[in-house]
Amino acid sequence: MSEVPRLDTVAVAQSSPDTPQPYAELGMAKDEYERVREILGRRPTSAELAIYSVMWSEHCSYKSSKVHLRQFGEKAPENDALLVGMGENAGVVDVGDGRAVTFKIESHNHPSYVEPHQGAATGVGGIVRDILTMGARPVAVMDALRFGPADAEDTKRVLPGVVSGISFYGNCLGLPNIGGEIGFGEGYLGNPLVNALCIGVMRHEDIKLAQAPGPGNKVVLFGSATGPDGIGGASVLASASFDDESHAKRPSVQVGDPFMEKLLIECSLELFEKDMVVGIQDLGAAGVSCATTELAAGGTGGMRIQLNKVPLRDPRLTPEEILMSESQERMMAIVEPSKMADFLAVCEKWQVLATEIGEVTDVTPEEAERGGRLVMTWHGETVVDMPPRTASDEGPVYERPYSRPAAQDALQADDAAALPRPQGDAELREQLLRVLGAPGVGDPSWVVQQYDSYVRGDTVVSAPHDSGMIRIADDSHRGVALSTDGNGRFTRLDPYTGTQLAYAEAYRNVAATGARPLAVTNCLNFGSPEDPGVMWQFAEATRGLADACQKLGTPVTGGNVSFYNQTGDVAINPTPVIGVLGVIDDVRTRLKSAFDTDGARVFLLGETRPEFGGSAWADTVHGHLGGLPPEVDLTAEAALGEVLAGAAERGLAAAAHDLSDGGLGVALAESALHGGRGIRVAVSGDAFTSLFSESAARAIVAVRPGEENAFLALATDHGVPVEEIGTVGGDALVVEHPSGAVEIPLEELREAYESTLPALMSGV
Amino acid sequence: MTARVGVVTFPGSLDDKDAARAVALAGAEPVSLWHDDADLKGVDAVVLPGGFSYGDYLRCGAIARFAPLMSELVPAARSGALPVLGICNGFQILCESHLLPGALTRNSSLRFVNRPQLLRVESSATAWTGDYTEGQEILVVLKSGEGSYVADEETLDRIEAEGRVVVRYAGSDPNGSRRGIAGVTNEHGNVVGLMPHPEHAVEALTGPSTDGLGFFTSVLAHMAKAPAGV
Repeated sequence: MSEVPRLDTVAVAQSSPDTPQPYAELGMAKDEYERVREILGRRPTSAELAIYSVMWSEHCSYKSSKVHLRQFGEKAPENDALLVGMGENAGVVDVGDGRAVTFKIESHNHPSYVEPHQGAATGVGGIVRDILTMGARPVAVMDALRFGPADAEDTKRVLPGVVSGISFYGNCLGLPNIGGEIGFGEGYLGNPLVNALCIGVMRHEDIKLAQAPGPGNKVVLFGSATGPDGIGGASVLASASFDDESHAKRPSVQVGDPFMEKLLIECSLELFEKDMVVGIQDLGAAGVSCATTELAAGGTGGMRIQLNKVPLRDPRLTPEEILMSESQERMMAIVEPSKMADFLAVCEKWQVLATEIGEVTDVTPEEAERGGRLVMTWHGETVVDMPPRTASDEGPVYERPYSRPAAQDALQADDAAALPRPQGDAELREQLLRVLGAPGVGDPSWVVQQYDSYVRGDTVVSAPHDSGMIRIADDSHRGVALSTDGNGRFTRLDPYTGTQLAYAEAYRNVAATGARPLAVTNCLNFGSPEDPGVMWQFAEATRGLADACQKLGTPVTGGNVSFYNQTGDVAINPTPVIGVLGVIDDVRTRLKSAFDTDGARVFLLGETRPEFGGSAWADTVHGHLGGLPPEVDLTAEAALGEVLAGAAERGLAAAAHDLSDGGLGVALAESALHGGRGIRVAVSGDAFTSLFSESAARAIVAVRPGEENAFLALATDHGVPVEEIGTVGGDALVVEHPSGAVEIPLEELREAYESTLPALMSGV
Repeated sequence: MTARVGVVTFPGSLDDKDAARAVALAGAEPVSLWHDDADLKGVDAVVLPGGFSYGDYLRCGAIARFAPLMSELVPAARSGALPVLGICNGFQILCESHLLPGALTRNSSLRFVNRPQLLRVESSATAWTGDYTEGQEILVVLKSGEGSYVADEETLDRIEAEGRVVVRYAGSDPNGSRRGIAGVTNEHGNVVGLMPHPEHAVEALTGPSTDGLGFFTSVLAHMAKAPAGV
């Protein structure tokens, strides 16, 4: 490690072109470093190197994924509802009545493995600020989680920590947690997935963008003071103080303060309402580096910052460390000089620290051509002088090589249909109970009871029902519904189809609660992009999602990519988590999955085929993953969605539940348990296939007594196969089939469904 | 004239919007009160809502107790004149302010618990529970991490004897509260604190029931009988 001068100014950089710099330690490739030198026409100062290294990181620049993500824009369906598309902090869609909704999902996987509680907590904090930054009031959160095998020792460390972190942070913010999903699998043992989603509501005219127009406008940093947390590689740059022990021991996982975030939310919303900001950006990954370069690039291109004015928790921080710090609960605003006093008064009211650290400047046409001019000083000396657009928008783009893994053929040839099937009713019964109690299928109450689902008083549907639904205003019955889904087993067997199945499931879940799907967000969790096999999975998954969204007219509004979810050479099952947002005109028509109307007739919608590849049955009973996932028929999904949303709207249905993990058997059991009543059905086909197949585009509906014919007509009109299979009532789930019957009392079902997670987590 | 019920917002209050909605649904006018203004705005009653005032730093409710608004509220409440309802964090603040006996500690499970909760009404002789009958079971919402009610045995015996236990948990114990106590009142019956959230059970669409509305209608009936002067 070479010696870098204590303050590496632009002048020093110019006079010492050959000083070796630690770009590799900061995760930069040699050609990337050379490109920085080319852009600047000299070697970067260590502060500039800090900025480029974080802004060009995979996390911030999407350099490996960009070429694939472009399809979401290129194949985007015509949709008038899209007000702000990809590229901003979060997409915004019109939901009617002059109101708009913004939503996004983001990963915080790696920090949640290192320090589960804080990692997950700050994941929630980060996505909430993204939503706030758009000008919206955050109104609800959800989360999609994956852990190692439920009985693995480390899962007992990671799972409770992650759940308590989400609970601690989200509950303190006063945001209802309205749903999500939880899954388990071998590959997630060292690579848990924590994908946090937030929804915000605003009026159309309130949309804010990350921009810094108007020379002379002030740059204000507000929220928490900047500390040494989350710095990661910056200590490499701060080599001058390597002898200082405390620097070496700094945490690389950020520490969250939800109380400060709550104040920041209320303070920001009041600032927005009083029209006191012209541009706004939250400080997340890459902190001040990201906020300044993105705001400047989105405005005149010019900005001047006095870095020494940034309020610090630790006065020893160097300029490089300030630029890279990921301290939480900070925002940056662009404010007109005439509004500064009022701006500061609002911050004072909410006891939020606010500091003017610079101003927007004009740029010459030549500077504009180069990408603008961002200048930062440290006690009067220039430490940064660079074109901000080159860091924020013009990062490297890689066409990573990809190829279908050789083992894929063998995996797909290992057909789950060949697995031994239950012989006789006793075994059928026993296997149904086992699948119902599987950790990823069974009751999530141990987790969701730790989340406040009621706060704000607008939660209309929440876990364990098919989607989370909220009312979006006091003066209207309009609501939005959201579901996130992902099935790593299906995606592993066929990434293209598996991703479409995840999308289809989320779409179906939204429709099953009575809403019409409108727009999509996604969190793409994969292994290393440097592995051509993983990159093939990624290419297939993005192509699958883009095609599906194009076909069903739901644009992708934004999302997030998380690579490097792998231990050694072994990657996680590719796990794209797809979030579908839907709109419902009148939340009073919403449907839950609880079949609680005695005497209601039960109908099965959709076609059941013998499809077991990647199913919960194959996984739980045989520990098997092979074959092909179920077929996707997007036209059938759309028709099913119309029937479900239509049945809700017209009051034909009393309740509905989508069929997914575990198939019909699990769906019937859940609807019976949620409704507190038995269900008696008769299936016409082979009992095993009827109960355990995971064919897509299916749902069960409890129809309001007297509306059976209208419901049948609705399904028939949309060309959806429909079959009346039974009745709600009694105190057992009874499935009659051509060669016998299975009967399970509700109490026995409940025991199987509810006992798994509490037993695994007891004593934690 | 419509009764005016204040809802206090501290930094970190979360269920203030919900409390205001419940007040409005009961037929009163909700009035926003700000922690930093020592001004009760002439309201007829006050709700201290749930949340994490001041981030629950130091101890739940310990800092809120010193807010300027509380300097006006505490004497009016202590005298028996001003009806005050403390929900969840509001209950914690009332205990920290010594308006109510006892304290709230970490749930016995050591985890936050969010669930519909059955309560048994033990006393309808308070400003906030007159519309219920004693022994009535009501379904509201419990959502708290530090909801375990504790007090020394002598205090517990005394408040039981004086009929100051207002609501008790029915069914399985959610948090380890002594003697299943979910809410208590002061000697005048005008100050009531409870850990569960009646304001989240006021609409069939969003709550487990509408049983919680009774707290907010009760105080209106109470004021109609004995107009409070602040």
